[in-house]
Amino acid sequence: MTTLTTGSPDTRTYAEFGRPLWRRALFNREMAIIALLLAVVVAASVMVPKFATPVTLGYLLFDVTPILLIALAMAPVMITGDIDLSVGSMVGLSSVTLGLGTQMGLSVPVAGLIALLVGALGGLVNGLLVTRIGLPALAVTIGTLALYRGIAVGLLGTTAITQFDRWWTTLVKSKIGGSGIPTVMIVFVLLLAAFAIMLHFTPFGRGVFSIGLSKDAAVFSGVDAERTRLVLFVLSGLMAALAGIYYALYYNSARGDNATGMELQVIAAVVLGGVSVFGGRGALHGVVAGVLLIGVLSKALQLVNITSDVVSIITGVLLVLSVIAGSVLSWIQAKRLRPAAPPVKTS
Amino acid sequence: MMLGKSRVGLRAMAALAASSLLLAAGCSSGGAASPAASGSAPASSAPAAANLTMTFLPKNLGNPYFDTSFKGVQAAVQAVGGTVTQVGPAKGDDPAGQVSYINTATQQQVGALIVSANDKSAICDALTEAKTAGVKVVTFDSDTNPECRDLFINQATAEGIAKVQVDIITSEIGDSGEIAILSAAANATNQNAWIDMMKKELAASHPNVKLVDVVYGNDDDQTSFDKTAGLLQSHPNLKGIVSPTTVGIAAAARYLSTSKAKGKVMLTGLGTPNQMREYVKDGTVTEFALWNPEELGALAAYAAAAMVKGEITGKEGETFKAGDKEYTIGADATVLLGEPYKFNKDNIDNFNF
Amino acid sequence: MTTVAAPPAPGVLSRLGSLARSRETGIFLAFALVVAATTVKNPQFLFSGDGWRDLLLTPAIVAVVAIGQAVVIITRSVDLSVGSIVGLTAYLVGSLFVAVPGFPIPLVFLVGIAFGSLLGLVNGALVAFGRVPAMVITLGTLYAYRGINVVWTGSNRINASDMPRDFLALGTQQVLTIPVITILAVAILAMVGWYMANTRGGREFYAIGSDPDAAELYGLAKTKRVLIAFVASGAASGLGGVLFAARYGTINSQVGDGFELQAIGAAVIGGVAIVGGSGTVLGAVFGAYLLLTINRALPVLGIPDFWQRAVVGALIIGAIILDRVLANRQAKRLMEDRSAA
Repeated sequence: MTTLTTGSPDTRTYAEFGRPLWRRALFNREMAIIALLLAVVVAASVMVPKFATPVTLGYLLFDVTPILLIALAMAPVMITGDIDLSVGSMVGLSSVTLGLGTQMGLSVPVAGLIALLVGALGGLVNGLLVTRIGLPALAVTIGTLALYRGIAVGLLGTTAITQFDRWWTTLVKSKIGGSGIPTVMIVFVLLLAAFAIMLHFTPFGRGVFSIGLSKDAAVFSGVDAERTRLVLFVLSGLMAALAGIYYALYYNSARGDNATGMELQVIAAVVLGGVSVFGGRGALHGVVAGVLLIGVLSKALQLVNITSDVVSIITGVLLVLSVIAGSVLSWIQAKRLRPAAPPVKTS
Repeated sequence: MMLGKSRVGLRAMAALAASSLLLAAGCSSGGAASPAASGSAPASSAPAAANLTMTFLPKNLGNPYFDTSFKGVQAAVQAVGGTVTQVGPAKGDDPAGQVSYINTATQQQVGALIVSANDKSAICDALTEAKTAGVKVVTFDSDTNPECRDLFINQATAEGIAKVQVDIITSEIGDSGEIAILSAAANATNQNAWIDMMKKELAASHPNVKLVDVVYGNDDDQTSFDKTAGLLQSHPNLKGIVSPTTVGIAAAARYLSTSKAKGKVMLTGLGTPNQMREYVKDGTVTEFALWNPEELGALAAYAAAAMVKGEITGKEGETFKAGDKEYTIGADATVLLGEPYKFNKDNIDNFNF
Repeated sequence: MTTVAAPPAPGVLSRLGSLARSRETGIFLAFALVVAATTVKNPQFLFSGDGWRDLLLTPAIVAVVAIGQAVVIITRSVDLSVGSIVGLTAYLVGSLFVAVPGFPIPLVFLVGIAFGSLLGLVNGALVAFGRVPAMVITLGTLYAYRGINVVWTGSNRINASDMPRDFLALGTQQVLTIPVITILAVAILAMVGWYMANTRGGREFYAIGSDPDAAELYGLAKTKRVLIAFVASGAASGLGGVLFAARYGTINSQVGDGFELQAIGAAVIGGVAIVGGSGTVLGAVFGAYLLLTINRALPVLGIPDFWQRAVVGALIIGAIILDRVLANRQAKRLMEDRSAA
């Protein structure tokens, strides 16, 4: 993706260290989106009848779980400057795999494991095409978006598999005590912790950011860029497959067209959450807030009987505004810092 | 990010939040909130009064068939003194989208939910949850698994629907030759049931008629149109097409009317008079069938109201009034609207839906 | 990129040679092969009146949209909002006919193109002045335009009977057996193709797509070119919307859903490199014809239509791998030439 994009993000790092730590921690893109999320939650609780209930929390989290899961892996992929458009199709393919597996008499864990393998394999194909052959991620994953969806629809044809082990579907739909929080959130929180540690507290994670800022510089400083990007694509496929298993069990239905178009929802949420499409910046708390923001908005509007389409307008406008605002402001800042020399990108 | 930028950023975000909320508030005061208000207020002051707030959830919005059903629903709900809101996914064939709306209805504590299912089991658990929360669930047009709803309003028996279409097409093609079916979504419960029945009916009574293909237009105009073109090419000896879906038959008729196959390839199926009028008059289509979706919607709404009031519970043999007609609940908590009606150029102008 | 390098003094023979080697020829041959194979299986596919018409007509609307998309991709951007623009314009056209019965048909085309251009201008302005990647902006406008469309349309729908017969007839009319819509697509292809290949302005798109920074340092008006590219894509999609209304006659809020992938797929299959700077609009049009003809051919060849999308995906991936292999080979040859000289 870096090759597709041009801009002037270069004064950023310079200015970022010109501020005390507490300001850097509090006044940034992620905090802005979290503040916006809180504001929307408070406003919705006041204005929308029946919003402020544990039931809302449950339905809300059930709805956004697949997007949350995929976003965890999409964020690092986009931080390296790549993108994975095939995730929605992979959700479909994985749920079909799970369905076919259980139909053949396999237990849910075994069939789920196969589905995860399919996801990893799909991610590997994406990753190999991008890193070994050197194709742009956007083009590759547009291709596999069609390919994986096609396989999913082709495998299952006219049928939908709707017989899953009751124990598993009940588990997926269960909530923790009376809190209204779905049990699957435990899995999500563990995965969030794992991804956060990987991305923000390991050399591997620092490699991810440095690849996004400048791939050449990263390679010269000893980061195995190809391997890192390959691993991230495999993770992306895995998380999409996990989301597919959840999707099939939660909706009790494995169909080839499950989660059509989900890739755009994920990318919109990730970008809204502060991940730069140029690569090189972003943080998982922002991403989670981005997903929840869209989820809360759509749930609140649904409760006052406004259809999801208004939500899509808001999603679109928020997306454009959030990117434009950042861009305009950094342009103003760049002018103020170096009024004489306009920034020139050299790479 | 930087010093000044982040402050302005926060301000921009706050402004954005405010504007999006204004939007939400503006819309909610604009009428969408009124059903919730008018429905819940009396219910809380007098618990005995029936909660006649209803949600109408079609397979998708922007579908003339369901729009006509909704007219019937509105009229019936008005007659019983309730309120109804129509919500639904924008695209057809989206069970996950329906689940989200069912959950919302549960949360809003509506009295009844009238739904045409995109998938017979995918929306099942959400419906069960709604029932547990006290919402009466009435399916119409396309059913779910019987245990997931309180009542199903059946437009006509599957046998009746299949037979009327097979009768029309076989008589039009002289009871021999190749025919094909242009269906809606590959997973649609009602479509697949009808197709199975048609296959049985053909095998039993029309040995010389061969069903050569079943294609799926997904209730999407363009897809159905292109699939019709594909059918004619893949099967040069095709003599007839049956399209048991209103979107499909209209698209197929539009393709045939400009094609050289017009008048040579017969077309029938389930369609609405308004969409088919032009093609019946220009001779593309001789006869097609349907029940009256407006009556179907009205029946569903009356049944839902009767359930909310506790007049019926879904047991076989119970009766209730829909307008001035009386209906009896049959086996599996199913109510039958009647036999499908045949439309042709002699009677089509008597109908407007 | 490679196209910027001028070929050394082409003789007639080498010109023929490069024609045979060109990507457009390859895609056209693939298209011809698909048509031939399908026709052998079922002569109706090519030799019946309807078959011939549909062969030319079905891909034409996507082809028009793909022409605009190709211009955008050549400048190293991408326009994901084309499907939503097609939908919004189609509904505008339908509403015009409902609101003003007897609205003149040529004017409808102008209104559609102007409206599409306006939506494209919004994209272009956001991308060019905001200095934000086109993918994000157009992903946002994909949502926003579609949302506006759905809110505006509601559960309404424009039926064929709401539009004038003459307008609908354009959708299927043929001149000397060639459908009018196809003629229109070819005319636009000729215009844009000539402009992109032979004018200074056209070559600037390639220069910017090959190396935006170098182009800017050289003094090319990058902002202006990016704007023009997006307006062109919007205009093409607007026209696509008008044509959709004429061809399909029924317009709901979901018209054009998924066109973006078909248009991008067509361009990429047709040899327009997604990294910008190379490819032609002719290739994109051939790509559209190949893509949609395969879709139509599969059922005739006895492959269940459930597998269509898988084939399309495999085709896109095959095309970009082929691109890379060819580019590598050419780079190698150029290196050899250089070291030989």
